[in-house]
Amino acid sequence: MKLTSLLTGATLALGLAAGGAWADKTKVGFVYVGPVGDGGWTYEHDKGRLAVEAEFGDKVETVFVESVAEGPDAERVMTQMALGGAKLIFTTSFGYMDPTINVAKKFPNVKFEHATGYKTADNVSVYSARFYQGCAIQGHIAGSMTKSNIIGYIGSFPIPEVIRGINSAYIHAKKVNPDVRFKIVWAYTWFDPAKEADAAKVLIEQGADVILQHTDSTAPLAAASEAGNVIGFGQASDMSEYADGPRVSAIIDNWGPYYVERTRAVMDGTWASVNTWNGIGEGMVGIGEITDRVPADVKAEALAMKDAIAAGDYHPFTGPLNKQDGSVWLKDGETADDGTLAGMGFYVEGIEGDIPN
Amino acid sequence: MIVLEKRPQPSRAWSLATPLVAVLATMVFGGLLFAVLGKNPVEAIRIIFYDPLFGEFAFYYRPQLLVKGAPLVLIAIGLSLGFKAGIWNIGAEGQYIIGAITGAGVGLAFYPLEAWYIFPLMVIGGALGGWAWAMIPALLKVRFGTNEILVSLMLVYVAEQLLASMSLGLLKNPDGFGFPGSRNLNDYASANSWISQDAGMHWGVVAAMIAVIFSYILLNRHMLGFHIRLTGEAPRAAKFAGVNPGRLILFCLGASGALAGLAGLFEVAGPTGQISIDFNVGYGFTAIIVAFLGRLHPVGILLAGALMALTYIGGEIAQSQMGLPAAAIQVFQGMLLFFLLAFDILTNYRVRLNTRKVA
Amino acid sequence: MDISAINPVLLVASLMVAATPILLAAIGELVVERAGVLNLGVEGMMIIGAISGFAIAVETGSPLLGFIASAIGGAMLSLLFVFLTQVVLANQVASGLALTLFGLGLSALMGQRYVGVRPPQTAHLDIPFLSDMPVLGPILFSHDPILYLSIAIVASIWAVLKYTRAGLILRAVGENHDAAHALGYKVVRIRIMAIMFGGACAGLGGAYISLVRVPQWTEGMTAGVGWIALALVVFASWKPWRVLLGAYLFGGVTVVQLNLQAAGVAIPVEYLAMSPYLITIIVLVILSKDKSSAPASLGRIFHASH
Repeated sequence: MKLTSLLTGATLALGLAAGGAWADKTKVGFVYVGPVGDGGWTYEHDKGRLAVEAEFGDKVETVFVESVAEGPDAERVMTQMALGGAKLIFTTSFGYMDPTINVAKKFPNVKFEHATGYKTADNVSVYSARFYQGCAIQGHIAGSMTKSNIIGYIGSFPIPEVIRGINSAYIHAKKVNPDVRFKIVWAYTWFDPAKEADAAKVLIEQGADVILQHTDSTAPLAAASEAGNVIGFGQASDMSEYADGPRVSAIIDNWGPYYVERTRAVMDGTWASVNTWNGIGEGMVGIGEITDRVPADVKAEALAMKDAIAAGDYHPFTGPLNKQDGSVWLKDGETADDGTLAGMGFYVEGIEGDIPN
Repeated sequence: MIVLEKRPQPSRAWSLATPLVAVLATMVFGGLLFAVLGKNPVEAIRIIFYDPLFGEFAFYYRPQLLVKGAPLVLIAIGLSLGFKAGIWNIGAEGQYIIGAITGAGVGLAFYPLEAWYIFPLMVIGGALGGWAWAMIPALLKVRFGTNEILVSLMLVYVAEQLLASMSLGLLKNPDGFGFPGSRNLNDYASANSWISQDAGMHWGVVAAMIAVIFSYILLNRHMLGFHIRLTGEAPRAAKFAGVNPGRLILFCLGASGALAGLAGLFEVAGPTGQISIDFNVGYGFTAIIVAFLGRLHPVGILLAGALMALTYIGGEIAQSQMGLPAAAIQVFQGMLLFFLLAFDILTNYRVRLNTRKVA
Repeated sequence: MDISAINPVLLVASLMVAATPILLAAIGELVVERAGVLNLGVEGMMIIGAISGFAIAVETGSPLLGFIASAIGGAMLSLLFVFLTQVVLANQVASGLALTLFGLGLSALMGQRYVGVRPPQTAHLDIPFLSDMPVLGPILFSHDPILYLSIAIVASIWAVLKYTRAGLILRAVGENHDAAHALGYKVVRIRIMAIMFGGACAGLGGAYISLVRVPQWTEGMTAGVGWIALALVVFASWKPWRVLLGAYLFGGVTVVQLNLQAAGVAIPVEYLAMSPYLITIIVLVILSKDKSSAPASLGRIFHASH
């Protein structure tokens, strides 16, 4: 194709030009779906970008564009970064999957890293975090600490990642507290702090004294704080500003180490296309400090579970586990394979209600 | 004391000059904003306005102007017909979504059959979808006198929820490992609106051009166009001239809905490729601004669409090259709109310095 | 399914909180529209109010000062709209949309330092006896002061429009600006005051989200509330008490929807999320028989030389 050859020609020319003045500077691009100031998903990716800058200093130049809509806008931003000389581009939203693949075809010499997707190519890696490992620990704490035996869960959209989190939290809450019930509310939005606050309030009014959330704002924590004797967890960021109140721990997205490692691979020339799904062990999922509000024994158990997961000794989805309809999913001792987990579209036995659609 | 004096005729010279004055003023004030943010204002302005057109990589950005501008122009042309007649369709975003859903739905229903007639059927499906969605406010207005601004706006939110439902349910890609979103129509040759990706050409661009020409002829050479203008400028005279207001409402809302639906279909079958939860990016609302910036004139809309597309694309480049926050670009675009609207007064009014005291 | 888990008293109390931002923005816009001006920039003024209020509350530690700042911030932004529509006579629909775009961008710039900051808590009313009453206590006597202020604003707007000369003049300007001008009223001056009042109310509504309802600052956090407020004014056919009713209805549908989900009622969520908008359309249809309600000069440009 004409444009393709033009584009590669342009990058080659740039690459040659770069050979002079900028020889030791690697340009790394980041495409964000939300504003850096969203305090959640994009905020944490940007912290990852800053970690890359901190690690390599003058040897890297990072660029980013925020609030990029999925679709042609994303494709254009990626192309423009590649044209601008970026050697490595992180595309940080599931909806960037096809645009990333398209642009990667045009720039075989630029490396792409797509978050949370499943399509790879010679110059496209995918990476994602095993948030469900964190949910298991949350479930354990939640099940141990609830007095009303009702745990509220705020979901964004019914997609595999969120369903996985619900299942993982439920299994571990149930293990320590057979009477536990989950009340699940779907907000049907990625971002609407007011609605998240409403959802949390509703759950609290209906008797929940633990709020788990798979949405990124601190609104549910604020609602919990107002209600008094309700606990919650930070999601995506540490949300430690609520540590003196309802926040007892947090699941933290920690992209920094991965971004540093991949940038170094590009600098060394050792970059290869990989499919990364990292968890607590590799440091991609962080567990925020467990506060003193959690009883010491529960805290110890939670930390033990964290260590076991990190060491690979324990898998949160270990049989025997049945699906919601009672059919056998995992036999005793069997652990879930990544394929099933990646596309999870069912609840485990015991969770009430149906997944929408 | 400064007074405004209405011109008997809008000034042609000023109507051509004001956009340029406005762009210059935006450059000055936008430059100040960038300087306050600690960026080089000259470089920022050059990157936003010059680089996409004549910079090093203009060969890539010029076609992108078509991709970004086409849906804006297509929707704005439809809206301008109604706006001229005083019929306010604020819900093009919803019609755009529904057009994309119905059009893509038609295409996906045939998958994986390859046949020449699939794409034309999708085009019809998209246009009908948008048309039908716009018929709701139209019929309610004709039958009950319900305010179309609000009904069409409310239907945007309804359409967004339908979009979420479709991406997670009916249209979800069966091979997508449970992730939301439909199949990618770019991988389905019969349902693809691209003509040449390198040139930024897809059928939506062609449709936008046709719409501009068609609307120009309609407004200047056709009885219906005359009725539209007459209704907007002098509703009572229009009544005497035998204009049927009900039919005019149905036509204007229907046409704008169909064009918005088409824009959605071409977008989903081309640049975007798939139905997803976040498919819509606000083209329907931006098109309202484009329609007004273009003074509701077909050629003006074409230019306004190009200008908006330019600030979007240039803004993205400025973000990544200079580290400007997206919010600064948004403020910059807001300024551009303010100046374009504010300077328009020179077209219709004469500004006089009045030395006498006003009685 | 467990409908009994829904506590109607708490439901009413929480829907009042959910409705207050919409109520504040809508009652301000009602005054603007009664003066014959259509300002579609409510969303932009709300978000400017949200960040102004948040920033000042954080810096001073006083939510009260924050709310005052939010009203000033909203009114300041509305001055841009004033300039465009009242001084240089630009189209109101386009000016309002531009105002929203500008406000969203500006608020994000202003708020860069405030992401992840926790604001001072707004105190709740706690009247010994009254607040502890069953049913009435949680519904009537245990909210924050701004919620009561919003109801007081509704009541006073109603009284002013109905019983005072100022209200009469405002309505006259909205109904027929040429006649009002001929009678010697300062059409433009009255409209400017109405628009600024609308901006102040929208700003308060925005700050209610960032300081009470959520409370935190994130970019774009008003998430479309301003548009709902616009719908509400028409829904209420420009009558203050109906704005109150409508706001509680709107807030109510969302809260009830979430309550039903939490109670395990198998409802199609996206269809319930649509319902407030569909209900608005139905109400619009029912109310549209009442043609006299819309201010006759709404959205039309006034120029004194006519």
